[in-house]
Amino acid sequence: MQKLRRTMLFMPGNNPGMLQDAAILGADAIILDLEDAVSLTEKDSARILVRDAIKYIDYSQVEVVVRVNPLDTEFGPQDVDVIARVKPDTLLVPKADVEEIKLVDIMLAKIEEEEGYLVGSIKIIALIETALGLETVYEVIKASQRMVGVLLGGEDLTADLGITRTKEGEEIFYARNKVATVCRALRVDAIDTPFTDTNDYEGLTKDTARAKSLGLTGKSAINPRQIEIIHAVFAPTEVELKQALRVLAAMEEAEKEGKGVFSLDGKMIDAPVINRARTTVELGQRLGLIER
Amino acid sequence: MIKTVLGRELPAYIEGYGEVKPFQGAVSNERIKTRKAVKLTSVIPRDQKVLASLDQALDKLNIIDGMTISFHHHLRNGDHVLNMVLEALAKRGIKNLTVAASSIFPIHAPLVEHIKNEVVTGIVANYMSGPVPEAISRGELKKPALMQTHGGRPRAIESGDLHIDVAFIAAPTADTYGNINGVEGKSACGALGYAVSDAEYADKTVVITDNLVPYPACPIEISQVFIDYVVQVESIGDPRGIVSGTTKITKDPVALLIARMAAQVIQASGLIKDGMSFQTGAGGTSLAVAAELKDIMKREGVIGSFAAGGITGYLVEMLEEGLFRALFDVQCFDLEAIKSYRNNKQHQFMSASMYGNPHTKGAVVNNLDIMILGATEIDIAFNVNVTTGSDGVIMGGSGGHSDTAAGAKLSIVVTNLMKARLPIIKDKVTTITTPGESIDVVVTERGIAVNPRRVDLIEKLRKTELPLLTIEELKLKAEKITGVPKAIKTSDKIVAVVEYRDGSVIDVVRMVD
Repeated sequence: MQKLRRTMLFMPGNNPGMLQDAAILGADAIILDLEDAVSLTEKDSARILVRDAIKYIDYSQVEVVVRVNPLDTEFGPQDVDVIARVKPDTLLVPKADVEEIKLVDIMLAKIEEEEGYLVGSIKIIALIETALGLETVYEVIKASQRMVGVLLGGEDLTADLGITRTKEGEEIFYARNKVATVCRALRVDAIDTPFTDTNDYEGLTKDTARAKSLGLTGKSAINPRQIEIIHAVFAPTEVELKQALRVLAAMEEAEKEGKGVFSLDGKMIDAPVINRARTTVELGQRLGLIER
Repeated sequence: MIKTVLGRELPAYIEGYGEVKPFQGAVSNERIKTRKAVKLTSVIPRDQKVLASLDQALDKLNIIDGMTISFHHHLRNGDHVLNMVLEALAKRGIKNLTVAASSIFPIHAPLVEHIKNEVVTGIVANYMSGPVPEAISRGELKKPALMQTHGGRPRAIESGDLHIDVAFIAAPTADTYGNINGVEGKSACGALGYAVSDAEYADKTVVITDNLVPYPACPIEISQVFIDYVVQVESIGDPRGIVSGTTKITKDPVALLIARMAAQVIQASGLIKDGMSFQTGAGGTSLAVAAELKDIMKREGVIGSFAAGGITGYLVEMLEEGLFRALFDVQCFDLEAIKSYRNNKQHQFMSASMYGNPHTKGAVVNNLDIMILGATEIDIAFNVNVTTGSDGVIMGGSGGHSDTAAGAKLSIVVTNLMKARLPIIKDKVTTITTPGESIDVVVTERGIAVNPRRVDLIEKLRKTELPLLTIEELKLKAEKITGVPKAIKTSDKIVAVVEYRDGSVIDVVRMVD
């Protein structure tokens, strides 16, 4: 079954206590951060700390993602080289563009071969946070078979665009649309930018609901207290679940009767509606909202 | 050497303590008990109780070497009274006193000097933190300290096991004839539950107040019939230290996770129903459990009978929202609790004896459904240590831990599986405070262990998604991350005797090498 990525929790890579507890906080994925959370003077020690954490701590219940430094810095290539050897599930590549993703893909293949891992087993999520990255996001995803998702970085993107980042997020409306649409087209996850006011739960709920309504499939979190709220927004509602179950039941009925096309409540039910119902029911089952 | 039922070896006789009755189990079969008779000097018409100064009181009290004097801890880390009295007694050249204070806090640091000078050679307390227990742990106190429980202390006083010569009772408000309360005055601290047995059973009682009011002072918490003298002083305490600072719900995500799971355990146990009763400490995680419980109670429309213990504003909120019909209050932890105790008749006072004394016709702890407890260490037999740190130094004590654990239908220990890089679950705890037979569940962020005695509960929790492990598995889980710490080395010298609530000895604290 495909991994759930409703929440991806950023954890500073230089904090041993947080690394120790990262897996148990309820996020679907944790992003052990070597980039922005770590000051220049701690880049080396954080890299070692994250490497050892992956080696020794039981992270089996979450997806382990490591955000490496940009490949054009002195730290990025070393990060990839050291971290890939302990086989995280996924690398989060910042300031992603086509060239960078291709480069990481090649580096990973080499390391996987050297270490005896299945080539292609380490996945990549692209962090889209530049205007160029956003405009070429289709090609960026196409640049590697390892690509499983895109994370939209709202702060850096608005900085690159020279516009103001607001709580309401009107300024990233286009970016969210673009990322959501391209990700859906290429069947990878579209992860929303974090909501940075960690004490504003109402704001977080609104922001997450907006992202969900535009087609983003998950959201990054910068505080464990945000996880539950994000999950609640991404969970199918009772009404959605009931309707999805009715669609699938009607479909089974139609199949028994040998009907190709059928209707429910006077509306035609076609393949996209059935697919949506299947996705909803599957998510509901995985979240324990309905029985398998 | 003799052995407790938990396998701890103890000397049959401890110098400075006496004959040792080894712990035989949480509930005793010998149920016939006797309260001691109290000798008193009757007060006759036209006698005056108010004295001009503490010194004048000390003149009248005739305190001599070797006596036991008592204090309550309602002023907590703002208490000025214990230090004030001991300084005066030290000046008078009195030696070999035993200080029976229900708890000792960092503010009582001057006691260390009195210990060194042998003004004080014995200490009895239910809980100790700060420089005093550190000095005791270094072996500086002449006799072993006696650690009791909140219920065990009134038991000892009422039975005569702990004889108090003079009780010094700090009172936020007192009248000229010795009626006192804790709800009025600049040093208001709320309920005075821990002072009741002292007042009732000491040979002599002195009220020390910084708010002397005309007779009568209402409400009366402790009455004139128990009080010999009243002394007014400038200040009995510092309000900043009286109100505890730990009554906010934690924001720590791991603690919140533990609280969430503990609430799910309670829900699975089937105890969340109308008439339920509940107690929790004031610590961050414990209070977070209350918050989780509140959500569940609201969702399910449950109205509990009572919440008990030291009372915080959070429990007051639950009372006011109608989630409990009453609060039982032995001490108030914050201003909201004091205000509610003063104004709301459903906010009911209880003495320490009513709270937890096992040798009464029924303590409130016996009526508890759910108790949330902390732990410094817990072992694979579920014995809990809240008396000593992992370094063997005294840093706490039972307080109401063993009383409530013994009484409640469901006793849950909530703790991080690791603290400061040390695993919390051990083969054997450094000091046994509360016996494993009283502990039903341990909830940590990495899993939940149920006492194998509670087969019923294991069955119920198996039906949930909760991460149920054996305590051994939980221990290994921590050790995989932390390794196994080296055992601390102790000498033969006993620095403290840990009494269970019934007066048997459950363990001793030995001096660390």
